[in-house]
Amino acid sequence: MDYFFSTDKLVVGYDGKPLIKDIDIRLNKGQILTLIGPNGSGKSTILKSITKHLKHLHGTVYIDKRSIEDMSSEDMSRQVSVVLTERLKTELMTCEDVVATGRYPYTGLLGILSHHDRLKVKEAMEMVNAWEIRNRDFTQISDGQRQRILLARAICQEPQIIVLDEPTSFLDVRYKLELLSILRKLSEERGITVIMSLHELELAQKVSDLVMCVKGEHIAHFGTPQEIFQRDLIGNLYEVSNGSFNPLFGSFEMDRPMGEPKVFVIAGGGTGITEYRTLQKKRIPFVTGILHENDIDYQLAHDLASQVIAAKSFERISESIYEQALMKMKSCDTVMNCLQNYGELNDENKKLYEAAVAMGLKVVASAEDL
Amino acid sequence: MTDENMKRRMRYGIAMVMLLILFFTLIILNINLGSVSVPIKDIAKTLLGQGIDMTEHDIIWKIRLPRMMAALILGGALALSGFLLQTYFNNPIAGPYVLGISSGSKLVVAIVMVLAISRHYVVSSATIIIAAFIGAMVTMGFVLLVARSVRRSTMLIVSGVMIAYICSAITDFIITFADDASIVNLHNWSLGSFSGTSWEDVRIMAVVVMITSVIVFLMSKQIGAYQLGENYAQNMGVNIKAFRVILVTLSSTLCACVIAFAGPISFVGIAVPHLIKGLLKTSKPLMVIPACFLGGSIFALGCDLIARTAFAPLELSLGSVTAVFGAPIVIGIMMRKKERG
Repeated sequence: MDYFFSTDKLVVGYDGKPLIKDIDIRLNKGQILTLIGPNGSGKSTILKSITKHLKHLHGTVYIDKRSIEDMSSEDMSRQVSVVLTERLKTELMTCEDVVATGRYPYTGLLGILSHHDRLKVKEAMEMVNAWEIRNRDFTQISDGQRQRILLARAICQEPQIIVLDEPTSFLDVRYKLELLSILRKLSEERGITVIMSLHELELAQKVSDLVMCVKGEHIAHFGTPQEIFQRDLIGNLYEVSNGSFNPLFGSFEMDRPMGEPKVFVIAGGGTGITEYRTLQKKRIPFVTGILHENDIDYQLAHDLASQVIAAKSFERISESIYEQALMKMKSCDTVMNCLQNYGELNDENKKLYEAAVAMGLKVVASAEDL
Repeated sequence: MTDENMKRRMRYGIAMVMLLILFFTLIILNINLGSVSVPIKDIAKTLLGQGIDMTEHDIIWKIRLPRMMAALILGGALALSGFLLQTYFNNPIAGPYVLGISSGSKLVVAIVMVLAISRHYVVSSATIIIAAFIGAMVTMGFVLLVARSVRRSTMLIVSGVMIAYICSAITDFIITFADDASIVNLHNWSLGSFSGTSWEDVRIMAVVVMITSVIVFLMSKQIGAYQLGENYAQNMGVNIKAFRVILVTLSSTLCACVIAFAGPISFVGIAVPHLIKGLLKTSKPLMVIPACFLGGSIFALGCDLIARTAFAPLELSLGSVTAVFGAPIVIGIMMRKKERG
C-alpha cells in the first residue's frame, strides 16, 4: 500500500551525531499522528527533521512519494506548514497580518495579497473562531488566541501536512480541546495530515489515529491508540515507578498506599472514586469490595487499593466471594460504607455492612471522618 | 476589503503626503538658507539657468546642491541600513553605528587614505567605497560571530559598542601619526559631514544607493517573512542562507557608501525606522522601506540644515545634531521595550 507520508530508516540528530535511529513512520492522507515521550526524548528533533528545519542524517522522508530532499523550499512550503513552540515576536502586526503571512507561497514578487488571498485568510480565521480578533495587535492577545492565530496561519498556507510542536502547552483546558477539535476537523474535512507532539496523554489518546512513542535511540512503539495506551507500555515509556497509567481514564494515578490494609471500603457504581483518592492522599492502605469487574470504581480501585474483592461482570456475587470479603473486613479496624442504595446484584454489600455493624466495627460514611 | 484595510490605506496615504511635503520644504530651505541667503525666486531662476548673479549661481550649484543631494541620498541609505539590521538581528536598537559597522568601515578607509596620501596617490571615490565596504563587511562578520555566541540582544549591542570603541581608537591613533597635510581633511571626515561633496561624488553615491535600495524594496516580501523569525520564514519558502547573505551585503553596502562620502553619522539608522513604523502603524516592509528612505532623507536634511545655520557662520558637527535628536528616541525605545517586558 502507498502511504501519503512516510519515513524510511530516518536517522535524526544534531551536528552529525545521531539521536534517534530507524524512524519508520507510515501515514495515510488525513491521519493524525501524535508523538509522545518524556521531555528531551527527541520529539522536536524528529519534527524539525520532517519540516527540513534540521537536516536529517540518514534515510528518507517521503511526502506523496517525493523525497523532501528533492523539494525546493517553495515546494515544501506548499506541502508542509508549521506551528512552532517558539514565541513569536511581532511588531505592529495585527492578527490578520500574522495569518496572512501564510499566503506567502501564493503571492507575487512583492507579496501583495489578492482578493482570493484575503478570502483564504478570512476562511482560515473563521475556522479557528478568530475572525473577531483580526484587528487586534498580535502581541496583545492571550496564549490561547495566539495559538489559534498561528494555527490559522498554518491553515491558510493550504498545506497537505501540518506539523505542530506541542501546540497545547500554556493553554487552558478549554483551548486545548478547541485546538484539538479543529485539528480533527481539518483531517476529516480537508484531508490534511497532522503530525504533532503532545504532553497530555489523555488528549493524545483521544485525538490521534496513530501514536508514536519516542524514547532512547529508537522509536519505542508505533501504533494505534488502543495498542499504545496500555498500562505497562506507558508506565515503562515514562519510567513511572510511583504511580500507574490507567488506559481507561487515559491518565496516571498516584501509587497505592503500602502496608497492611486498615480500612475496608464498601463501594460501587462510582461512589468509591473520591473516597479512594482521599485515602490515597492520606496514605491509608485499604481493601475495597465487593465490586463487579465492569464497575467504574473497579477501574480506579485496581490502581489504588491494596486488594480488590471483585465479582464477575453481570453476575450475582457468589457465596465464596462474600465469605472472602467478610474475612478481609474482619482484619480491618474500620469499615467505610459509601453505598446508600442496594440492588439485586450487590445485595451482598448490604449484608457486609450489616455484619460490620453487628460485629461492632468502627463504621464511617466517608474518608473525611477517619 | 474590510474597513480596517481602508483605514490603513488612508493612514499610509496621509503619512506619505506629509513626508513628501516635509521633504520638499527641507530641500528648498537647504538651498535657501546659509551664510548667504538666496531668495526662493532666485533659486528657481538659477536652477533654470537664468541666473544673473554668478556668486549665487556658484553657491547653489557648487556648494549647496551637491551637499543637499548627499544628505538626501545618504540619509535615506542610513535609515534603510538601520531597518535591515534591525530586521536581521530582531533588535529595535540595532543600527550600523551601534553595532560598530560604521567605525570598522571608517577604520579601513582611514588606513587606505593615510597610506595613499603618504605615497602621494590620489584616492578615487571608488577606492574609498571599496575600502569602506571591506571595512563594513569585516566588522559585520565580527558582529555575526559575536551574535552567535551571545543569546541576549542587549549583549549584542554592548559588544557592538565595544567594537566601535576599538575601531575608533585605532582610527584616532592612525590620524595622530598621519602626515600633517592630510590631518585636517581626515579629521573632519572622521566626525561625519556632508560638506565638500562634489557632483562626481553625488553621481556615484546616487547610483550605488539607488540600485541597492531598489533591491531592498524588491525583497520586501522576504523581509516581511523574516520578521516572523527564521523558522517561520523558512517554512514559508524563504531560502534562509541566501537571504541572510544578501541582507548583510545590502546593509553593508548602504553603510559603506555613507562612510565613504560622509563619515560616520550616528542615530539616523535607529531613530528613523522607529519613527516611520510609529507613524505608519505597521512594520510591513513594502510600506516601511520607501517611507524609511524618505524619512532618512528628511532627518539628514533637517540635521544638516541645523548644523549649518544654527550658529552660522560656525558649523556644528553633524554627528552632534543627529545625536541630540536621535539619542532621546533610542532611550524612548528602550523604555517602551522594558514596559512591555
